[in-house]
Formats: sequence, C-alpha cells, structure tokens
Amino acid sequence: MKFTLKWLKQHLDTDATIGEICDGLVGVGLEVEGVEDQASALAAFTICKVKEARQHPNADRLRVCDVETKDGLVQVVCGAPNARTGLVGVFAAPGTHVPGTGVDLEVGTIRGVESAGMLCSERELMISDAHDGIIDLAEEFPIGMSAAEALGLDDPVIDVAITPNRPDALGVYGIARDLAAKGLGTLKPLDVPDIPGGYKSPIGVDLRFDGEDPLPCSMFVGRHIRGVKNGPSPDWLQRWLLAIGLRPISALVDITNYVTFGFGRPLHVFDANKVHGTVHARMAEPGEKLLALDGKEYTLDETMTVIADDNGAEGIAGIIGGEVSGCDENTTDVFIEAAYFDPVRTAATGRKLNVITDARYRFERGVDPAFVEAGAQLATRLIMDLCGGEPSELVIAGSAPLNTRSYDLRKTRVRSLGGIDVPEARQVEILTALGFDVTDNGDVLSCQVPSWRPDVHGEADLVEEVCRIYGLDQVRSEPMQRTHAVAKPVLTIRQKRMLAARRALAGRGLNEAVTWSFLPAAQAELFGGGQPELKLANPISVELSDMRPSLIANLVAATGRNVDRGQAQVGLFEVGQVYAGDQPQDETLRASGVRRGQTGPRHWGEKARNVDAFDAKADLLAALAVAGAPVASVQVVQGAPSWFHPGRSGTVQLGPKNQLGWFGEVHPRVLDAMDVKGPLVAFEMNLDAIPEPKSSRAARPPLDASDLLPVRRDFAFVIDADVPADKLLRAARGAEKALVSDVSVFDVFEGGNLGDGKRSLAIEVTLQPKDKTLTDEEIDAVSKAIIASVTKATGATLRG
Amino acid sequence: MTELAELESQLVGAVEAAPDEATLDTVRVSALGKKGAISERMKTLGAMSPDERKQAGQALNALKDKVAAAIASRSAALKEAGLEARLATEFVDVTLPARPEMQGSVHPVSQVWEEITQIFGDMGFSVAEGPHIETDWYNFGALNIPDDHPARQEHDTFYFNPKQDGSRMVLRTHTSPVQIRTMQESDTPIRIIAPGRTYRCDSDQTHTPMFHQVEGLVLDDKTHLGHLKWCLEEFCKAFFEVDAVEMRFRASHFPFTEPSMEVDINCSWEKGQVKVGVGDSWLEILGSGMVHPNVIRAGGLDPDQVQGFAFGMGIDRLAMLKYGIPDLRAFFEADLRWLRHYGFRSLNVPTLAGGLS
Repeated sequence: MKFTLKWLKQHLDTDATIGEICDGLVGVGLEVEGVEDQASALAAFTICKVKEARQHPNADRLRVCDVETKDGLVQVVCGAPNARTGLVGVFAAPGTHVPGTGVDLEVGTIRGVESAGMLCSERELMISDAHDGIIDLAEEFPIGMSAAEALGLDDPVIDVAITPNRPDALGVYGIARDLAAKGLGTLKPLDVPDIPGGYKSPIGVDLRFDGEDPLPCSMFVGRHIRGVKNGPSPDWLQRWLLAIGLRPISALVDITNYVTFGFGRPLHVFDANKVHGTVHARMAEPGEKLLALDGKEYTLDETMTVIADDNGAEGIAGIIGGEVSGCDENTTDVFIEAAYFDPVRTAATGRKLNVITDARYRFERGVDPAFVEAGAQLATRLIMDLCGGEPSELVIAGSAPLNTRSYDLRKTRVRSLGGIDVPEARQVEILTALGFDVTDNGDVLSCQVPSWRPDVHGEADLVEEVCRIYGLDQVRSEPMQRTHAVAKPVLTIRQKRMLAARRALAGRGLNEAVTWSFLPAAQAELFGGGQPELKLANPISVELSDMRPSLIANLVAATGRNVDRGQAQVGLFEVGQVYAGDQPQDETLRASGVRRGQTGPRHWGEKARNVDAFDAKADLLAALAVAGAPVASVQVVQGAPSWFHPGRSGTVQLGPKNQLGWFGEVHPRVLDAMDVKGPLVAFEMNLDAIPEPKSSRAARPPLDASDLLPVRRDFAFVIDADVPADKLLRAARGAEKALVSDVSVFDVFEGGNLGDGKRSLAIEVTLQPKDKTLTDEEIDAVSKAIIASVTKATGATLRG
Repeated sequence: MTELAELESQLVGAVEAAPDEATLDTVRVSALGKKGAISERMKTLGAMSPDERKQAGQALNALKDKVAAAIASRSAALKEAGLEARLATEFVDVTLPARPEMQGSVHPVSQVWEEITQIFGDMGFSVAEGPHIETDWYNFGALNIPDDHPARQEHDTFYFNPKQDGSRMVLRTHTSPVQIRTMQESDTPIRIIAPGRTYRCDSDQTHTPMFHQVEGLVLDDKTHLGHLKWCLEEFCKAFFEVDAVEMRFRASHFPFTEPSMEVDINCSWEKGQVKVGVGDSWLEILGSGMVHPNVIRAGGLDPDQVQGFAFGMGIDRLAMLKYGIPDLRAFFEADLRWLRHYGFRSLNVPTLAGGLS
C-alpha cells in the first residue's frame, strides 16, 4: 500500500519528519517497505532563469546562456534546441551529481567558452525519459527554489506492507489513525458530507438472493448524478495517483481510486445511460460471461456474485466492473455503486478467476461495514466538485452487517501477557484513539470494537493493540526460570541415534547431503514409491512431484550430477525421512549412503578397487552399531528390495519381520534409467526399526579377560556354493561356545578342482582357554567338534 | 708372559678380530665351548692340590670373564655395525603422499541443528518432532487459520490430491503443527523446540520449495513477552557467539500468535558478510508472539490457565548468516565441492563447554 506524505497529511495534522513517520509506521506494525523521496534526491537542483541566450561563437548547435541562479549570474554553454532567453528551467551547479548521466559536474570549457553548470532535462533528473530539450517551466518560480517543489515532486511516497488482519490500514485514513494513536499528530475529523438529493434516482437497487448465508451482498447503496462532465482530474489528484503507481484515467475513475486508497472503500461508477433497469446483486448464472474493465472476458459460475441489470452481469461483485457500462469522456449521467460484499465469497471468486484488483484486495480482507453510505457520500462530493452535476436521493437495499461486540481487558493484562507496564490512562487513550469505545468497569476496561476492525476478537487482541501502539521497544527482557542447575539431557533415543549415525558415516569418509523430500514420479516408482496419496497435487515441477520412498534415489541422482562434474569417486549420505503413506506412522527416519567408483584415487603404493557390496555392508553395520542396534545378533540374508542387484545385495534383520536395513549394488536397470554409471553401491538403514535398548545402566559388567594365551586353528571346508557362509560360521561358533571366542573367514575359493557348484571357505577359529592351558588332546577334541558341527549344519567336508 | 696371559691375548685378539657374528661364535666355542681352551683348562683343576686349585681357578675364572666380556662387547659392536649397514640401505621418499582416506563431512543444516539443540537444551527445551505430511487441521485450522483466511494464500501450500471425503493432506508449511501435537501429548509447563523440514510452493533466488525451520514453544502460567525477548536474546548471543546483541521487536501479524511480532537483531555488513551484534543495521531473523488463545484451545488446553510464547526461525538462514554461506539453493544440490567446503568434520561436535563453532 503506497501513499504520499501530503496525502497522509490530509488526514493527519503533524509536524513529524518523514523519518519519524516511518519509524512510527514500523513501530505500530505497518512495515515500511520503501520511501521514495525525490525532494532529497533532487535537493541540489534549483530553479533558474535564462537572462540571455546567444549563439556560441565556435559551434552552430550550441548556445551560451547567462543564467540567473541561486549563486548569481552564471555562464552556461547549452546544446538544447529550446534554450532561449527568458526560459525558466532547472540549474545544476558545478559539483552536483547528475543522476541521469551519472556524472559529477565540473566547470569546463566547451569549444573555447567557459561553462559553469548545467541546464537540465527531465531525463537528466531521472524524472522521465524526456530529453528533447531542457526543462522549460510554464510558470515563473523564484530563482533558487527547489526544483522538486516547482515540479511537484516534493511529496515523498511511502510504501507499507499491510498484514492481512488490517483491512482498515488499506486506506490512508486508517494509517493516519494508527499514527495519531501512536502520538505522531492529530487525526483530522473526517468530514463525511450529508448531501441531500434533488430528485428520485431513476435507477433502483435490489438484492436478489435465495437464502445464501451469509448474504453475498448485504448492503447496496446507489446514487444517480446527472449532468456531469468527465474530463481529466485535477493535477493534485493525478500526481497522488501517479505517485502510488496508478494511471490517471478520467475524473470519475480517478475519484473511485481516490476513495479506495484514501478510505479503503472501493466504489464503482456506472455510466447511467448504459444501465438498463434496476441495478441488483445476484448469483451468477453458470457459464455467464462478462467483459471486464481489464479487457478480459470472464466465465462465471453459480458460486460467484455479480452486479447486474436487465442486460445481464455488469460487474463481478467486489472485484471488477464491466466494460459495457463503464464511464468514458462522453458520460453525462452516472450511477454510483457502494456495496458490502462477503469477504469469503469475494476471495474465492477472485482466486477462481485469478484476478487481483485493489477492490478484491480490500473486500476479501473486510471493508468497514459502517462506511458504505459514507463512501457514496464522499464520492458524490468529489464528483460534484470535479465534474459538476446534480445528485439524486440515495437508493439503499439491505443494511450494514454490523457485528458489534465488546471485550473486557483486565487492567493488569497488558503487563502479564505483554510484559510492558503501560499506565492505565495511556491504555484508555490508545484504545480510544484507535476507535474503541472504552468503559472503565473497575478491574477491567470494557472495549467495544470499532466497525473497521474485523480482526479483534478477544482480550489478547486488545493487549496487542495497546502494546503495538505503546511500543514493543518498551518490552524489557526478563529471565526465564532455570529448571535445573545443570541442564538435564533433552534428546530422545531416536534423536541421539540420528546424530550418532550421522557422525559415524561422516567419519567413514562420506559427505552428508540434504536432498529434496520429493523426486520425479518415474524415480519414485523405481524405488517402490509413486502411490497416489504421495503425489503432490501442485508440484513446483515434474521433477519434484512425488514424496520419496527411499533416500537412495536422490543420492544416486546427486551422484550422477557429481560424476558429470568430474568427480569420479563419490561417497554421499543423508539422514532423513522417507514416506510410505500419508499418515504420521508412515514416515520413517532413514540413514542411507552411496559409494560410487573406486575405493580411492590412484595411488603409488596402494591399488584402489571398485566399490562393492561389502563396502555398503560395512557402512550399514557401522551405522547400525553406533545407532545401538544389537549387531552381534543380527542376521544378514541374501537379497534386498527390487532396486538392488538381485544377486549382490543383502538385508540385515533381527527376524523376517524386523528388517533394519539393506545394502548392495544398485540394480543396473535403476542406474540405467537414472543415467548414472556405476559401479555404485548403496545402503539404507531404518532408524525406527532398531529396538529400544534393554538397559539404560551406565555401569558396565566386569571385564572377563583371561591371562592364558588364545590358541588359533585353521580349517578349510568345501561346501555347496549356495550355502551361505554365515551358516558355516554360526556352526563353527556354536560347536563349543565356552572355548570358541572368534571365527573369521580368511579365504574363499571357487573353481579349480573343486567342481561346479562348490566352493572352499577357509576359517580361522580362536579358542580362548579360561582357567587352564589347553592340552593337545583337548584342542583336538574341540577341532573335531567344530568339524562335526559344520558338517552337520552345512554338509561341508573338510578339505584334504 | 705366562701361558694364561698368552692365551688371553690370543683369545681376546681373535674376538676383536672376528669380522662377523659367525666367526665370533666360532671363537666363543673355541674358548668357552665344552672343548674350548678355557673349558679344557678348567677340567685340569680337579687334579690339583687345594691351594693350587684355588689359585689356578681364580685365574681361569678371571680369564673366562674377560673373554666373555670381550665377546659380548664385540657382539654388540657387530650388531650395531650390522644395523648401521642395513639402515644405510633402507630409504623411503617420505615426500610421497600417504595412503588416501576419504574425508567425510556433516551438512551445515545438521551442524546448526545440533548447535540450536545445545543452546535450547541448556535452557530446558526438549526437541519435539512431527510428520511432514499433515492434515489441513494441524497445519492451518488448529493454528487459527480458518478456510478462506487470506493468510492461507500467503503460505504457498503444497497439497496432496483430495481424499474421498474431500479432505486433503498438505506438506507442512511451517513447524507450527508440532505446537498442537505437543500440547495434545504433554502437560504444562511445556518448553520445546521443533526443528525440521518445511515446504512452500515457491522457488526463486532466495526461496526453495523445501527449507528448515525451528519452532519454539513455551507454555506455563506466567510466561510473557519479556521472557520471549530474554530467551531470544540469550539464544542469539550464544548462537552467534557474541557478548551482546540488540534486539528489535516489530509489531506484525501471525494468525497463531497475539500479540505478534517480527524480531530483528543488530548487525553490520562488510563485503557482503554479516556481523551480528555490532553496527546499526537490522536483520530480520524470526517471527514470534504470544500463543493465540484459539491455538491453546485447539491443543486441548485452557487459555485462561495457560499462556506462553512461540517463535519460528529458519535454520538454513541461521546457517547462512553464521557461516557466510551465500546461496540457499546450494544447500540442497549435494554438490561435493560445496559439501566439502561448507561442511563440518565428523568430530567437530558442537558443545556448550567446547564452543559451538
């Protein structure tokens, strides 16, 4: 919302500077977005008069001017065709920065003649594009007067952002009211004329609704004015409208804009001779069409309200008038419309038609229902003043939907909620200045809410009014009570797991990424997503249309982008939510990582290899371990969801129904579809699947370390290739639990003379004696038990 | 020269002349071995008279000790020489690069999440969470934003497709729904922060369709605007690691707070980088206010008994301000160059005791 300082001062009697006014606006919650102050920008430019202009001795196109300036008589060489004796123009002295050229003026010599200043064009002042000649003012102004003032540009324009709760501040008058309450001047009484009509309006008004609730239009005020002359509006009005970015059109149209911006009261003025029958408000017919003043044709539906006559719709209620019945330079008789339209319906219509107008903006936020007739009267006065004419009596249908209400403000409440001590008298003063009708009722102030404040609905709102006007800068910091001398831990187990997994994965050389929660539908489908309930209805692009079913998809895509930028080795991870449905329990917290390329760069001493499933397995198990999963008792089983390579992937689980995570090579078809080149391995861990820890004791069990040396024995078994190694390891471990402390695989061999479908697994078993050194016989016995256990569990034979 | 003196001279000479360990061992055996010169002489002692034996025994033992000492000394010298010779041949070019290790990193959003949690945790705030896919009621209705409220249009909401009953889920536009969920699940007094992802259908130089917010909520029977100001001042001082910060409250409007205000902190700008707590420019950092009675009611509490404040600020923006990160969009592009440059080492865990940055 823009307005000029002079416009404000039409309603506010104040000596405050522009700076004080802006600070006041910010203070009361009307955020100043900008101030255009051409008077200060053009302060160095002053009025001058050319005493004599004569031909330059050395140049055909130049003139030498003796110019009367604030500094006396000055000689200026000027190339403008209109430089002439007697011209009243704008002078810039040496040293002045000329905004239009970006040059700082200096005394110079032009073709042998000294020039001590400049006669300026409008473009040089950056007030228009005109550069055909220098400024040539029609009137006489005193020499040395501010050029901005002479040009009528000395009225700063203030742009404020109005929050949606404050429709009353969508008019200059409402802004003046806030500033007066703040103490920045006195609000001038609003002079709403009570103009009697000289005749009965030939056009009637009517509300034609059939039980719609609330009434789409609850009040309609009309007035006929005959014998007007519609020409350009006066300079002051044109200047104000131009200053706030509106194009002056004609006096009648400019008047409606003036009342809209001056008082937050949108109006419409019909050419009365183009109206047929009674002007009425009704619901639109489905498919009804209207050519609006913006030159566009709108197709309406039965939820929308129109202003109509016998010819059909003449305007979309509260939004925009129609082209057919609009005023032009030939208009002689007009019909003023001032109405109250339901905010919700107006907003819905505006959204549906996608049309934003100054009227809609105000009606949908709620105009003052008590100011409908006043709006018509103000418009009448302005039309009579600017266009002449004779007004009819008012015609009125319906009544103002006043929603009169009162709330009690406890006198202590501003302090106890707002934290500010505001003297009681000042509280009353502020509320009264804002238009509240305040009654002192002992401990409380009973406040009747003014009609222009639809946002006030209770005591907290009254506290806000007092606080914002008194000044939130008066709030003093007050320490919150400390709940514990030493702060208690606040994170949940899940949150701690998240942090631990993140730090561990970063420690393993992966770089943490934060990627979108959404991805393209095709990628969602590759990773088991794409369900209808997870598709955005209004995605920002097709690339971001579906909620992600897995973190891996975005990490693979990001890997591809990094590879395209020349990063051959990529290791990325993310910790974040994935979505299996649209209910809270469908969101799970995951940690995922991808590794792509080789295990490291080429190195003189160590050969890098391609990443493989076991890199991803190591990442997953490390993340599970720090996140507190019982890694000693997890099962690793062959196979993982479909986006993994079917033969080179695995699942880590506590049981078939409690999967903690997956790892392996990403399926070649997925990589192909996403146009990312491998080798690429990935893992995903479901943090929400990890069981709660059983014990929260800080103390550890006693250390059980034997002084006796461990004994190590190697075994090589030949087993069927499809028997998982894990089965063999478990059998070896379980053979003699009291003695076997560790089993590891140190060689895997296939082919050779083993035959098809067989492989050899070589394991090292560590025996840890507890209370005495093992004899050779005892070691032999354990070895036999291990071989027997493995053979029984897996069908393996000891390799000869 | 006696025979023993001659023998000593001979043996010690042989020891000292031994060029290597093997020769030295041969000398040792020839002197001290079972059939060695000294051992042979020891055997003759038995045939001697006690007096002779005592004298000759002492002399022989002395000789044995001398030879043994000479052998030990020579052995040590040979070992030392051998080592020196080996070392002279052993050499690596230490300027060659070490074996490579990948250097991981933690994203700035995560780092700042932890910093914020450290500070508010110390002030007694726990960390609450809520779903990203929300009902219309949690995201709007419960927060005093009824249907058709103009504020809804300003939220640029991502919607899901309508269900059969006409309701539609939304991607939360702010972390404020967590206020309602927290009120429903807990008793007062409440002190929580709720950091997390939020979504707006908006994308340009300074907006991304996803960003991170942290919500704050305090509810008890006495908390007022003065406490809010204190809380935010203390947070800003701790977060930006400055001794003092000036704070400006500007009246504003949010449907879920009443009174509402936007909060600025003082700062100065140097070469495009901001310094907080010095200078007289103002930097808007958050929106806040006293929780609206309708919101307290929606959370199932009684606004006549319960009052307090709420605030919401951008985590990404805090990270940008503190760490001089210029572009929001780059946060979510997963460009390794960016992640490595602006990311944090895994062991750089922010703590109040050790410092946050």
